[in-house]
Amino acid sequence: MSRNTNILVCGIGGQGVMTATEILAEAALALGFDAKKTEVAGMSQRGGVVVSHLRFGSKVLSPQIAPGEADLLVGFEAAETLRWVHMLRPGAPVLTNTSRLSPPVVECGVFDYPDDPVGQLRALGVPLQAFDAAEIAMEFGDIRLGNTVMLGAMSDHLPFPAAVLRDAVAARFAHKKPGLLEMNMRAFDAGRERAAALAGQGCVAA
Amino acid sequence: MGNALSAAVASRLFLSGNDAVAHAVRDAGVRVAAAYPGTPSTEILEVVARFPGLYAEWSPNEKVALEVALGASMMGARAFSAMKHVGLNVASDALMTLTVTGVEGGLVIAVADDVGMSSSQNEQDSRFWGRFAHIPVFEPADSQEAYDMTRAAYGLSEAFKVPVLLRLTTRICHVKGRVELSAPETHEPGGFTKDPRRWVMVPGNAKPRLPLMFEREAALAAEAEASPLNRLEPGADRRIGFVTSGPAYMHVREAFPDAPVLKLGLSYPPPMAKVRELAAQVETLVVVEETEPLLENELRAAGIRCEGKNLLPRLGELAPEVLRRGIARLRGDVVADAPALPAQQVFPRPPTMCVACPHLGIYYTLSQLRNIIISGDIGCYTLGAGHPWNALDTCISMGASMGMALGMDKGRGEADKNKKIVAVIGDSTFMHMGMQGLLDITYNQGNVTILLLDNRAVGMTGGQDNPATGRDIHGIEAPRVDFPRICEALGVKKERIRVVDPYQLPVLFKALREETKIEEPSVIITDRPCVLIDDYKKTPPYAVTEDKCTGCGNCLDVGCPAIHVTRRGKEVKASGKEVDLAFVRIETSVCTGCGLCVQPCAPEAIVHSVPVVPVRFMQRDGGKA
Repeated sequence: MSRNTNILVCGIGGQGVMTATEILAEAALALGFDAKKTEVAGMSQRGGVVVSHLRFGSKVLSPQIAPGEADLLVGFEAAETLRWVHMLRPGAPVLTNTSRLSPPVVECGVFDYPDDPVGQLRALGVPLQAFDAAEIAMEFGDIRLGNTVMLGAMSDHLPFPAAVLRDAVAARFAHKKPGLLEMNMRAFDAGRERAAALAGQGCVAA
Repeated sequence: MGNALSAAVASRLFLSGNDAVAHAVRDAGVRVAAAYPGTPSTEILEVVARFPGLYAEWSPNEKVALEVALGASMMGARAFSAMKHVGLNVASDALMTLTVTGVEGGLVIAVADDVGMSSSQNEQDSRFWGRFAHIPVFEPADSQEAYDMTRAAYGLSEAFKVPVLLRLTTRICHVKGRVELSAPETHEPGGFTKDPRRWVMVPGNAKPRLPLMFEREAALAAEAEASPLNRLEPGADRRIGFVTSGPAYMHVREAFPDAPVLKLGLSYPPPMAKVRELAAQVETLVVVEETEPLLENELRAAGIRCEGKNLLPRLGELAPEVLRRGIARLRGDVVADAPALPAQQVFPRPPTMCVACPHLGIYYTLSQLRNIIISGDIGCYTLGAGHPWNALDTCISMGASMGMALGMDKGRGEADKNKKIVAVIGDSTFMHMGMQGLLDITYNQGNVTILLLDNRAVGMTGGQDNPATGRDIHGIEAPRVDFPRICEALGVKKERIRVVDPYQLPVLFKALREETKIEEPSVIITDRPCVLIDDYKKTPPYAVTEDKCTGCGNCLDVGCPAIHVTRRGKEVKASGKEVDLAFVRIETSVCTGCGLCVQPCAPEAIVHSVPVVPVRFMQRDGGKA
């Protein structure tokens, strides 16, 4: 039995972490893989931490990824990526949005937001691709496209062709408003291009 | 990819455990399904309600939900009830006698334990109820089993005329996996049979039924021995054999693929002969169960030597690596931790109230009051205990804010004689279990002010409808509870009941100050909808005029997540005192213009980002006083 692929997607409530992971799971399922996806989502709508575990392969038993066993970490928010970096298998890549979202506990001065979470990630020596997904989403006029941008960015880090994930995104929006489908496809491609450009600069070993 | 493969995949669904149970409820021909929302069980009834052809409802609380299901079962209909672990505490009064009557139509109770406590006030092991009520317990290990076992539970329920407990945990409810559905069945209710000796549980009728209950339990034990749901899986490595159930089974299989395993699906009554069969094959028997050492103690009591909680944690979720470490201890092995990066120190990110949440104004106001004790309850407003408000002093159980406030009033001594006692409770929690507490406050004349936060939703679980929203589970119009009239009927004087807009801080502050001064029961009802539901109407956003912001930080005390600090500084006042400054901006893309932060802003630096006609503070919806 070949080893399962473990992908951890993290962010905060409202960023579309769970939806993105679900689409990723649908891509894996379309290829005939077994898959399990889980998160602790009880308070995710309240701006709390959200972390989705996706495991796929020939047969998945336990749904949770153990610390040190994630093959890819995708972070939708810079400090959240740092929070979960210990989940990575040594040498496995990190893809992170550089946007910072600080919660009220930081704003009211009880805790500090790290000065440079991306720099801290880099200092840990993990293969890293970091870019501002929110900025790309806003270029298309809707911050909610951020998760599709992230899906595009991760599409060349998967053990299957990027087109499979792109098709899964397309399937998700096929029955929605036509403009929405096109917008998501463009956001996906923009995320993918951005990641490819970073890889060209030697940002990550895929 | 091959088309044949895709076609095979297409016949399967990718469902959470909650989804899977809901599909099984439909496919089992259930006629009536009732629940009260509670994490991690909530989605079950949400999904059931989408299926045509069966009756689904949100009940005011879990006890009512179970009684509705029981009534349907008495008619011979298949019935279903879902709840979170603490919900079954509430429903247990019905459960403990319903087990004596037994059921007619199949009755399955899904109870979801929040193992790991992601969204609950305690961690309980609901398997105890199986023992306590002498009813069978099913424990699925994934979504497919959640579907299959729910279907099987209806058969067992009718064969033994017994309610069946379907024990779920967070890692069943909120894990998605592939599920293949089986053929649906239809089930026509057999009709109600008048039979007082069975249904009227006065002592004379109940006593003769108790032996029947124990006979049923013995028969179920034999069933558990024969059931294919309790499966002995052989393994080549016979040093350790595992007895396990629920999601723990998956962890065992992953961590110890070569070990013999007794996998329990129908875990109560436990199949002791099967356990002995496994014990005879292995050097050591280890029970792997989440939370309590329940089965472990039963095996020991039956004279079967086993290990369990001496190796494994009693709290929280298990995982393969947790098992590996525990078993290594048993074997005396030294396991090197997998090489991994150290965990990084990052600030905590607790759940917060939403942008423009009507509770923000309430907690801002409470945080400004001195000499008060705030008896809290369960809902989004429990978050008021956190920063920046720190304005909630207790949280125990649904509706407890009422009785505790009365007890605080009656129990206070010299130390607290000048304290004001305020109870805070939401609309849904009030109807769940708070009304009786208010009745106690009025009946026994407690000096308590109640803040009844009516946001027309069960907010914390995702904005479900309830009798206060005026909509049923399908969103169809339903009679809406009139809170001022209920409070009055429960004995609060009419002049001590006020309805205020929680976005009008001076009004709220004045109402609280006045009502807490008067030494009799009073109720302040706030009447603005949850921002997550359709009733909430956004208004144009605000922005901070940068050169006007003095960095006083008053707006930050509101606690709205749309307000962000741009820079901090220090200022030496004329008195010589140094104060911290925090200059802010408002994230206009998420601000919905509630105007709460505008009110404490001393320099009037917060203005609409685009000029608008201010209507919000004048407008009033509904006809409430």
